[in-house]
Amino acid sequence: MADVMKLKVITPEEEFYEGEVTMVELTTTEGNIGIYPQHIPLTAVVAPGVLKIHEGSEVKEAALLSGFITIMPDAVTIMAEAVEWPDEIDFKRAEEAKTRAEKRLATQSADVDVLRAELALRRAITRLELKH
Amino acid sequence: MASMRDIKRRRASIQSTGQITKAMKLVSTVKLQKSRTKAESSKPYFDQMYATIASMLERSGTIDHKYLRAGDSPKKAVIAITSNRGLAGGYNNNIVKLIMGSADLPKADTKVYAIGKKGMDGLAKKGYEITADCCEVINEPQYQDAADLTKELLEAFGRNEIGEIYLAYTSFKNTVVHVPKLIKLLPFTMEEGGKDEAPKAQALMNYEPNAEAVLDMIIPKYMSSLIYGALLEAVASENGARMTAMDSATNNAEEMLAKLELQYNRARQGSITQELTEIIAGANAIS
Repeated sequence: MADVMKLKVITPEEEFYEGEVTMVELTTTEGNIGIYPQHIPLTAVVAPGVLKIHEGSEVKEAALLSGFITIMPDAVTIMAEAVEWPDEIDFKRAEEAKTRAEKRLATQSADVDVLRAELALRRAITRLELKH
Repeated sequence: MASMRDIKRRRASIQSTGQITKAMKLVSTVKLQKSRTKAESSKPYFDQMYATIASMLERSGTIDHKYLRAGDSPKKAVIAITSNRGLAGGYNNNIVKLIMGSADLPKADTKVYAIGKKGMDGLAKKGYEITADCCEVINEPQYQDAADLTKELLEAFGRNEIGEIYLAYTSFKNTVVHVPKLIKLLPFTMEEGGKDEAPKAQALMNYEPNAEAVLDMIIPKYMSSLIYGALLEAVASENGARMTAMDSATNNAEEMLAKLELQYNRARQGSITQELTEIIAGANAIS
């Protein structure tokens, strides 16, 4: 049994990541999942969360904000609309976005798009999670 | 015969026009290279998207989804991607002609979502209804622009204002070949022969949370990626078309200059001969 699988992370602009990995962790709309090789075929929708790529003992992290994932036993493809390495993230901006979203949620007025604010908050939190 | 001065003036004007076209050609060559790399790097995303969606539909052919059926409205939306600037040969006109010549798009039932001023003006002049104007998008296409447009279109589709969505753009084959293309975005149909390209299912695919929800989310993404890809290809085609147009304009200018040079020399010689004849005649008259 193969203990590695192919991982591809593609964005509209470029191929973000391509390589052999031992495990991938990410968040879908149904919750956190960890994928090992020989997973059953699955297509799922990505929710904002930290993407962890395990290359043997080395772990790479990135902020995965939206997209979907196709899992095959020997290959995983993530079609990401937005994904960022930690060094590409503007933490100050994320912090501001978080405060803004929290404020908007706190007002609870009718003209606040709660869903949008919640999504914005989750995106900001995801980005901030990668700050070490 | 034109006088020497006239020819000289004309030559100077053609020369400066030639200089401009030459500079424009160089500029669009550089821009072409840039936009081409961009268009090429967006290809894997789109290909993968298409493969996923095709294999999904192949395996789950029984799904009855709102995006897989034509809407009740007879109205049709078409996204016309052209450029904001002219001097690109037939580039903009080809898209206008393509939309006018299409049997799927009768003038009375077509709503135009225009990207690019030239195409918008052209279609408006022909009497098409311009619903939206997103002309600044083409200057610097971002994925977000495509996503926003998709959202707007899908909302109109959901409200039953439009029944079908088309996309007209110029596909970039290579530097000199650009093909104007009209494709149907919604309801989603697979291209002929596209089924073979879809990866064969090794096992039954599972969907989380379920197939409909995944389709709900993937089809808009598919549309955005298609529009984004079309935008990038259109920019590359525009620059390619401008490069070719400016190249032939420069060549024409050079040809005209060569002709005028000959005419000028002939006129010069003629005037010298005439002067000589006059002097000799004058000398003869004195002696």
